[in-house]
Amino acid sequence: MAITQISLFLMNQPGQLVDAVGTISGAGSNIRAMSIAEANDFGILRAIVTDTDKVCDVLKEKYLVTRTPVVAARMDDRHGALYPILEALNENNVNIEYMYAFTGTGPEEAYVVLRVQDPETAEAVLHAAGIETLSDDSLKI
Amino acid sequence: MARYYQPEIETAPREKILEIQNEKIVRQVRHVWDNVPYYRDLMMKKGVTPEDIHGVEDIKKLPFLSKSDLRDAYPYGLLGTDLKNCVRIHSTSGTTGKRVVAFYTQHDIDLWEDCTARAIVAAGGTEEDVVQVCYGYGLFTGGSGLHGGSHKVGCLTLPMSSGNTDRQIQFMMDLGATILCCTPSYAAYIGEALAEQGYKPEDNKLKAGIFGAEPWTEEMRRDIEKKLGIKAYDIYGLTETSGPGVSYECEEQKGMHINEDHFYAEIIDPDTGEVLPDGEKGELVFTSLDKEAFPLLRYRTRDICVLNRTPCSCGRTHVRMSKPMGRSDDMLIIRGVNVFPSQIEAVLLKEGYTPNYQIVLDRERNTDTFDVYVEVSADQFSDLMSQIQKMEKSLESALRTMLGIGPKVHLVAPKTITRSEGKAVRVVDKRKLHD
Repeated sequence: MAITQISLFLMNQPGQLVDAVGTISGAGSNIRAMSIAEANDFGILRAIVTDTDKVCDVLKEKYLVTRTPVVAARMDDRHGALYPILEALNENNVNIEYMYAFTGTGPEEAYVVLRVQDPETAEAVLHAAGIETLSDDSLKI
Repeated sequence: MARYYQPEIETAPREKILEIQNEKIVRQVRHVWDNVPYYRDLMMKKGVTPEDIHGVEDIKKLPFLSKSDLRDAYPYGLLGTDLKNCVRIHSTSGTTGKRVVAFYTQHDIDLWEDCTARAIVAAGGTEEDVVQVCYGYGLFTGGSGLHGGSHKVGCLTLPMSSGNTDRQIQFMMDLGATILCCTPSYAAYIGEALAEQGYKPEDNKLKAGIFGAEPWTEEMRRDIEKKLGIKAYDIYGLTETSGPGVSYECEEQKGMHINEDHFYAEIIDPDTGEVLPDGEKGELVFTSLDKEAFPLLRYRTRDICVLNRTPCSCGRTHVRMSKPMGRSDDMLIIRGVNVFPSQIEAVLLKEGYTPNYQIVLDRERNTDTFDVYVEVSADQFSDLMSQIQKMEKSLESALRTMLGIGPKVHLVAPKTITRSEGKAVRVVDKRKLHD
């Protein structure tokens, strides 16, 4: 039930990011969460957006785009809430490639987006530990 | 006071040189006609026979040979004698499809080593000298070429080969090397390494360096001379003609004397093939006058040069060629290695990339930098940084295997490589090697 993340290949140059965000905005989409990984020459923008299909279609015209299933685990927006999520994954030998977080629309609600090799296994581990995860439908994207 | 290795030849009157050349070319064309069917066919197609060649004046009647002939005739098609008479091969740094294998008889080795010996003596070498050869030994002609010349002069020869700079410095300082032979970029590198180890230019015993195998500038010469406290001499050659020593500088440092008793030089218009008058810029063409095993006639070097026949104050009477000012093909010389953009394209296609790439060459600390920018395609893109970096590393390694020299690969977004008039700009050379 993982959620869909889009990733964009951007050159590490002024103007690239603003143009990409403008394109997403132009498609009428809201960016719920995002992070950037940077290398010397390029960066990878990863984002959770609404209207994923439409955004992908528009972005494809100009950028390299890929979709990746990622796990969005719910946590309370308070200190110490992330720990049990990572603890559960660690105890079950699930390696995290990268992660980033965003706050939810409800009060004191936050999510951590986890990129793992096998999202299904990761979700099963989290569910067994009593941790909720989102789906595209539940996130309304 | 100028010294010569073979004064009777090096300072011979022009008429004497012409006489030697005339005699040798008649014999050489006959030798090639009799022994190299590949070239005989080219001559027949052009309607020329050995009877038409009475001296160097008639060389212009002969057909050209180019790199593609060498490729077509690989490996034995241009061999001028029985293999049993050959004692060695050397090969160019070029790779698949472009490799040239040159054969040598003992006579060919001898005349080549005479040429490098002349260069060493012109740089001030005597039997008192300690010559440190850090050109690569092996298939590359640089190491053995200078090594043989150094023996002929009677110098103590340090057969270091290239690399392992700490060891180079240790031998240089401990054994008091007086003449350094390597690529100019390596000389500059050694100079920097010496400074880093706290040595001043006057701490070493070097007096001269003989540098070649790659393009270099006057600025670089001055830089090396200052760093090492030496006089830096240029040397030119190519595997196809034997190796380094086809021409070399004297103390005047104003052009390289061509060993005209062994190699006849012409400058042609690269487009029409027409021979150009002295002083005009064009493609350098060499005819080997007395090599037995690999007797190339009218070989197009693709190097753009000027010949200068005005007398040189060093006393040598042999014609001087300028440093090559460019190429008439797309070959790049990067850190002494010949690279064709088509080789890079072949690797990209084989590794599943689009052929959208750009080669950027620059100089940092007197060493060539070699960067290749490659557009990534949609099916190769991953959200994982580690995956993309792995792709870069693996492409770098495939290119290194193909070229013999490792570029830094940069993956870039589609349609980001500069295009001029719709055509991608394949090579950006910022090294400013030519005027």
